Amino acid sequence: MMALRERAVVSLRSVPSLPKHARIQYDSVRQAFAVLSPEKIFWPNDISLDILRRCDGRSTVGDIIAGLAADYEAEQEAVATDVIAFLQEWSDKLLVRL
Amino acid sequence: MSTPLLPPIGMLAELTHRCPLQCPYCSNPLELLKANRELDTETWLALFSEAADLGVLQVHLSGGEPTLRRDLEQLIAGLAGRGVYTNLITAGVGIVEGRIEAFAEAGLDHLQLSFQGARPATTDRIGNHKGAHEKKLETARRARAAGLPLTINAPIHRHNIEEVPEFIDLALSLGAERLEIANVQYAGWALTNRDQLMPEREAVDRQAEIVAEAQERLAGIINIDFVTPDYFAIYPKPCMGGWARDAFMVTPDGTVLPCHAAQTIPSLSFERFEPRRLSSIWADSPGFNAFRGTDWMQEPCRGCERREIDWGGCRCQAMAIAGDAAATDPACAKSPIHARMAMLVDEAKRIATAPSREEPFVYRRIGAMTESA
Repeated sequence: MMALRERAVVSLRSVPSLPKHARIQYDSVRQAFAVLSPEKIFWPNDISLDILRRCDGRSTVGDIIAGLAADYEAEQEAVATDVIAFLQEWSDKLLVRL
Repeated sequence: MSTPLLPPIGMLAELTHRCPLQCPYCSNPLELLKANRELDTETWLALFSEAADLGVLQVHLSGGEPTLRRDLEQLIAGLAGRGVYTNLITAGVGIVEGRIEAFAEAGLDHLQLSFQGARPATTDRIGNHKGAHEKKLETARRARAAGLPLTINAPIHRHNIEEVPEFIDLALSLGAERLEIANVQYAGWALTNRDQLMPEREAVDRQAEIVAEAQERLAGIINIDFVTPDYFAIYPKPCMGGWARDAFMVTPDGTVLPCHAAQTIPSLSFERFEPRRLSSIWADSPGFNAFRGTDWMQEPCRGCERREIDWGGCRCQAMAIAGDAAATDPACAKSPIHARMAMLVDEAKRIATAPSREEPFVYRRIGAMTESA
């Protein structure tokens, strides 16, 4: 019997990546990026896609927030709240690994 | 048409009807096709390529048992080469050593493994295959070792509904990312065996509570998808997400269908890939256009505020129970014959609990119901 896994909780030190069962794919028919997963297909908006692309298994959540705040010329705190909430939601759906 | 024609996103490919198991709720038609009717490798690859051109992003490789196709690695590689997400739906029995690794190497994205029971005796009895449970455990271990993401699929009915908590433990112990608690849909073989498979109301209510509690407790640990039982529903399921709306399926001989059971609607006929192109079948064939959108609807669907949520429910269930494929799915509380669903549940209970010494199921096998064509 394996040890029961635990729900991951996002922190600034988390290093998110996409799990093996999810991938970002450009769809030339619909001219949009899709996230493909076992039964569901998601159509992230531009900002969501930008967050997901930075989930590269090397950058910390802190790095991702700093990068987005710089690129969008936004307040770090506001970006942090949104990014952490987004990553927690996607982690709970097992579409982001922390 | 009231709704625009969209490109299909998903496709279910029934590569073969051959299967080592004989589950009495199989979604295959009663008239099973033999191996000599199956499309060859080149034709499947051509079909997959057209599907990708058409906008299909996800292909479920199913059967029967798809691993009985010796060319499965080639088919996976063909899809992966086009960026299509591949999901292998397998019973996990009799897969020779090294093959799961070969599927992963060919680019398989995900493996879905069925368990007929959470207990070995249940799995072996429902599939009518001794030792099946042990083989499935081994398949799950090999899939994980090959790095493949794993879904456990548990088709639920009277004979295993009490095992739902054990199915959850089983999926956790196998390291699955996802568990489907899927109440049997009463079409195909399941319709033939409906009286023996239909669960009782109290068990269904208990199951719903157990699943809801587990979904909350295990959020972020395992995804539990719950396919609710139609006969106990208030609203119908949007079957296939709406008839010919964003998905289709292909039978082993290349017949292209809007859903598994579409051929049970006698007024419709369906076409085969080659000579016809997939794109023209999708866009122009009478069988696909028959129930597309909302124009075909009668009351109460036509004026219903849920018409573009439920899309009228399941056409094949309307055919089977109301005798009219254009009727409201009787699973809907607004259907004039909705009460018949509860009567069928009661009738099934009476039959299933009557003393009998015979094996209650008609097991799924070629020739069990009709001679294969």
